[in-house]
Amino acid sequence: MATAPRFWRENPSRYNLVGFKCNSCGKYNFPPRIICPSCRRKSVGKMEPVKLKGTGVIFSFTEVHEGMDEQNVQKPYVVAMVEMDEGAKITGQVIDCDACDLAIGTKVRTTLRKLSEEGSAGVIHYGYKFIPICGESTVSPDK
Amino acid sequence: MIGTGITEFGELWDSSFRKLGIGAGLAAVEDARISADLIDAMYVGNMSAGRFIRQEHVAALIADYSGLARDHIPATRVEAAGASGGLALRQGFLAVASGLHDIVVVGGAEKMTDVSDMESSMIQSSADDQEWETELGATFASLHALIATRHMHNYGTTREQLADVAVKNHSHGSLNPKAQFRRKIDRNVVLKSPIVASPLRMFDCAPSSDGAAAVVLCPLDAARKYAETPVEITGSGQASDTLALHNRKDICTMGATKVAAERAFKMAELAQKDVDVAEVHDNFTISEILAVEDLGFFPKGQGGKATEEGRTSFEGDVAVNTSGGLKARGDPIGATGVAQAVEIVTQLRGKADKRQVKDADVGLTQNVGGTGATVVVHIFRRA
Repeated sequence: MATAPRFWRENPSRYNLVGFKCNSCGKYNFPPRIICPSCRRKSVGKMEPVKLKGTGVIFSFTEVHEGMDEQNVQKPYVVAMVEMDEGAKITGQVIDCDACDLAIGTKVRTTLRKLSEEGSAGVIHYGYKFIPICGESTVSPDK
Repeated sequence: MIGTGITEFGELWDSSFRKLGIGAGLAAVEDARISADLIDAMYVGNMSAGRFIRQEHVAALIADYSGLARDHIPATRVEAAGASGGLALRQGFLAVASGLHDIVVVGGAEKMTDVSDMESSMIQSSADDQEWETELGATFASLHALIATRHMHNYGTTREQLADVAVKNHSHGSLNPKAQFRRKIDRNVVLKSPIVASPLRMFDCAPSSDGAAAVVLCPLDAARKYAETPVEITGSGQASDTLALHNRKDICTMGATKVAAERAFKMAELAQKDVDVAEVHDNFTISEILAVEDLGFFPKGQGGKATEEGRTSFEGDVAVNTSGGLKARGDPIGATGVAQAVEIVTQLRGKADKRQVKDADVGLTQNVGGTGATVVVHIFRRA
């Protein structure tokens, strides 16, 4: 796991979903990027910090049973790639759900949760996870 | 390519990193029948000796323990996660092709079992984006599971077709005396193994392995001096892509595989139909399905079906992973790309014994780093 400063410097994006909008092409970049991969040098000075709305649909998902530090997760847990309403795709855990109730296209919203801690007396790291928005499900277009 | 060497792959408790590296290197030099004095340079593929055995600076270490320190040869470590070995081969190829060096030894080695399984898993995930994938809970296997879930959704690839990749590669591995797993399995073994990250199960995943592999390169016009059946590297392609999977244009296509393959085929002036035998990066079963599609052997979405129909086995259109692949031969990360080349040379020399592909003339390797942020493709032909 990361040390405290390594984690804290990303807090604006981890806590508040701050990404960067390229004002050259209009594309939202999350996680933050200093240079827009589409516009490259034309985007220099035109990348604006923008908070994403925090809603999107599941693009793909998996229930993880093995391979992560016991201390930091209760297994199994769900990891999804979520396509945010602004178009950026984000990887994160989906909580308060059963994997069998999820599908590609399930609507989710972000919430702030504990991600990990540095030992029993160490700093706790917080960041976004996803929660299904009940009763609303759409199928995302195949891309 | 005038010589190859490979160690046994597996949980080799009595073999250290340096013992493995030297074992493969010596075997390759003996096979090439050259004197160590002739070696101009060495490239070593290694992903993470710093974390697996707390040893960096491993190219100098291998050169030293191979007795080459007194000649002060240039020894360079090459790292691109799972593609480290293939990239080391490409660096050796470029060094010879440029005319800078004549005889170059390319090695790859990893010692993975001196750490716990959990630690090994965390080290493997360091190929992914630590800030925006791993820290949020994504494991290396779970990212491949995201690819699998989406591939099944988009193209109707079935759970059974994924299993068929492992069944085939175990079957091939049963014929390879150097393979880590030499036992055939059936679909049920895969489908009843514990879940790692749904839909992927234990038998969809390549194991942790210790092992090393090495090859010796020289200019083509000198090759016959050293080897009866030299093998020519006719194409070499390398490509990169976004580090994180979520930034890819399409997670069901490994863009870097497509581009690296295009570059290699163009250099080789060959096409997919010319390839008799291929070693591809099946670190997970879904990875081989993507590989056979993105290399252009089968249309997008048809990789699972082609596997199920046996078109990637010995008797198929193209024999894929005759060594057993990463799944059955084993996957000592930095060694894997070089081990793939060793298998292709063995096939093209006609020395693959029970797993020999009949009249094999052209071979291909595809070596992947992370979830596809680096891909190296090589094409080989009997010289």
